[in-house]
Amino acid sequence: MTRILVLIMGAMATVIFALVILVILPNSMLSDLKAPPQLKQPGQQELLGRQLYISNGCIYCHTQQVRDPVFTTDIHKGLGNRPSVPADYVYDAPHLLGTMRTGPDLFNVGTRLPDRNWHLLHLYQPRALVPWSIMPGFPFLFEHKPTAEAGDKVLDIPKPYAPSEGVVIISKEAEALVAYLISLQHNYPAPDSDALEEVQP
Amino acid sequence: MSTPVTSNPAQEESTVDHSKIKVSPEEMEAYDQSGRKPVLLGFFIAVVWLLIGTVLGDLSSFKFDRPDLLTEQAYLTFGRIRPAHLNVMVYGWASTAMFSVSLWLMPRLCRTPLRWGNLAVIGILVWTVGLGVGIALLLAGHGDGLEWLELDRQWADPLLVIGAAMVGASVWKTLAARNVHHLYVSIWYVAASYPWFLIIFLAGNMPFYKGVESAAVNWFYAHNALGLWLTTINLGLIYYLLPKIIGRPIYSYWLSLVGFWGLALFYALNGMHHLIGGPLPSWMIATSITASIMMIVPVVAVGINQHMTVVGRFGAMRYSPALTLAVIAAMSYTAVSLQGILTALVSVNRITHFTHWTIAHSHLGLYMFVTLSLFGGMYYILPRVLKKEWPSRRLVRAHILLVGGGMVLYIVALGIGGVLQGLSLLAPGEGFEASVSSAKPWLLLRSVSAVIISAGHLVFAYHAYLLAFTSRNSLTRHPPFYELKPVLVKKRVP
Repeated sequence: MTRILVLIMGAMATVIFALVILVILPNSMLSDLKAPPQLKQPGQQELLGRQLYISNGCIYCHTQQVRDPVFTTDIHKGLGNRPSVPADYVYDAPHLLGTMRTGPDLFNVGTRLPDRNWHLLHLYQPRALVPWSIMPGFPFLFEHKPTAEAGDKVLDIPKPYAPSEGVVIISKEAEALVAYLISLQHNYPAPDSDALEEVQP
Repeated sequence: MSTPVTSNPAQEESTVDHSKIKVSPEEMEAYDQSGRKPVLLGFFIAVVWLLIGTVLGDLSSFKFDRPDLLTEQAYLTFGRIRPAHLNVMVYGWASTAMFSVSLWLMPRLCRTPLRWGNLAVIGILVWTVGLGVGIALLLAGHGDGLEWLELDRQWADPLLVIGAAMVGASVWKTLAARNVHHLYVSIWYVAASYPWFLIIFLAGNMPFYKGVESAAVNWFYAHNALGLWLTTINLGLIYYLLPKIIGRPIYSYWLSLVGFWGLALFYALNGMHHLIGGPLPSWMIATSITASIMMIVPVVAVGINQHMTVVGRFGAMRYSPALTLAVIAAMSYTAVSLQGILTALVSVNRITHFTHWTIAHSHLGLYMFVTLSLFGGMYYILPRVLKKEWPSRRLVRAHILLVGGGMVLYIVALGIGGVLQGLSLLAPGEGFEASVSSAKPWLLLRSVSAVIISAGHLVFAYHAYLLAFTSRNSLTRHPPFYELKPVLVKKRVP
C-alpha cells in the first residue's frame, strides 16, 4: 500500500460496517420491544439496589441470563423455567448479563431465594449460611454500632460470625440491594411479541 | 549516507524494498531523538501503572483464596479491585506504552522527525489524568457498570478521548509528512489503530443503550478494544522488530495484506461470541461466531508470515531479549486467536462460557501477546532513545523467566480450573458447590503464579530505573546479550 487514503477509507469502512451490523441495526430492530406485562418496572428502592449491584461489581461473578436448553443445562439446574429473551431486559440500562459464574446465576434469584433475612445475613457474611462459599462479605453495607438506637434494625448474626461487641444495623443500602435481588423474578411465560419473531427467524 | 527514496513502481509492490533502503545510524538516531520526550514519558507512566495494576491483580487473585481478606472497606471489595485491575492494565499500562511505541515507530517508518511531539506529550498527560480520575471514581463506587467500559463516562472518558486523539494527531501528522513512498505494514496497523480506537470507544460509551443492546454494544467495544487497538499496535511493533533484529525482510507482502484487511474485516464482527446462548437475537450471535471462525484467515496469514520471517534464525533470540519477547508474543497471538476461535464454537463454549477459562484466555492475549510484546519493545526502544544500554544481563534474564514462566503457569492452571468448573456447571447431577470446589485449587495455583509474575515486574521496573536514572552504566558498549550466554538455550555457542 502506498496511499494514506486507501488505508483510512478501508479502515473506516470495516469498523463502520461492523458498527452498523452489531450496533445500529439491532438498535433499530429492538427499539419497539415491549415489556412483558408481568415484568414489574423497578421501583426507587430496587433501582438504588441495582446501582449498588453495579458499584460493588456483583457482575464480575454473577450472570443474569438463562441460556438456550438445547446446548446448556441452565434450565435443568433450576436457573429458570425458560431461556431469557430480549424483552426480559427492557428496563435494564446498563445490562447486567455478566460473563462469569463464579457465583450462581441471579436471573431468578428472587424466586429461588425469597427470604429477605437470608439475603441480609448472606451479604454480611456468606459463610454464615453457605460454608463453602467464596463470595466476599459486604460488611460495609451495614453499620456497626455499640448499641442499637430506636428505629434501628438489628441483623441477627450467628455466634462465630458476629462482632465481639456491639450490634450490626441493617442500612438502607443493604435493604435496597436485597430488594433488588428479590425483585429478580422472571418466571412468567416468554412474551411472543412481533418484534421478537422478527429478529429470531 | 541514505539512498534516495525509491519510486520504482516495480519495487513498490513488495515490502522487500524496505530492506534495500539504507539509513545511516545518525539519521536513525535523529528520528529516535525527535520523539524522545513523549516516548520516555509514556514508558515511564506505563511502568508506574504496571506496578499499580499488579498490586490490584494480586489482591483480586488472593481474594478468591481468602474471601474474607480486606472486606471492611468498600473500595477494597473484589468487585471494585478487579475492574480497577483490568482498566489500569489495559488503559494505563498497555495503552500508554503503546502510545510510546507508536510515537517511536512512526518517525522511523516515515523517515521524518516526529511531528506535533508536544501535543503527544499533552495527550499522554491528559489520558493519564483521565484514567486516574476514572480509577479513583471506580474504586469509590462510580463506574458505568459495563465490563471494559467502567471508567466514568462523564469525568474520565472525555479526557481519554482527547488524550488519545492528541497522540493520534501526532501519529497521523507524522504519517502525512512522510518521506517514504511505500507504507510499511507496521504503519497500517499503528496508524489505523487510532481512528479505530476513537470510534469504538465513543460508540461504546454512548449513554442511550438499554437492555440487550447495551450488552451488544458492550461486547462490540470490549472485543474490538482487543482486536482493533491492543492487537493492532502490537502486531505493528512485532512486524517491525522481527525483520529489524534478524536483518531479513518480511516473508510476504501479500500475506501482510491478507492479515491486515482480514483482521479489520472479521475481528470487528467478533464481539457477540461473548454472549453465546444469551438473550440476543440469534442472528447476531451467529454472525459473530461466523466472523470468529473466519479469523483463522488473518491469524494464519500473520502467523505464517512472521514465522517464515524468523524461521532458521531462532538462534538469534539468544542475543536479543527484544527478539525473544517479540517471538513469544507473535506465537502467543497465533495461540490466543486459535484458542479464541475454538472457544467461539458452541460445543466448546457450552463448557467454557462463564468460567475461569475466559480469564486464562484473556491473559494469554493481554499478557503473553500484548504485554510481552511491549516488554520486548521497551528492551529495544529504551536503549536507543536513552543512548545507553540495559545495565544487567542477569536482570533481563530474571525478568523474562519470571514473567514468562509465571504466566505459563497462570494460563495452564486457570485453563484446567476453568474446564473443570465448566464441566461441573454443565453436569446435570452436580450442585453449584462442585463447581466452586473444583476450581479452588487451581485458583490457589493462579495466586502463586501471580506472585511470580509480580516479582518479574519488580525486577523489570528496577532494571528500567537503573537504566534511566543511573548514569553508572551508560558506558556499556554492548547490548546485554551481545557476549552470548544463552537465555533459553543451554548449549554454549562457540
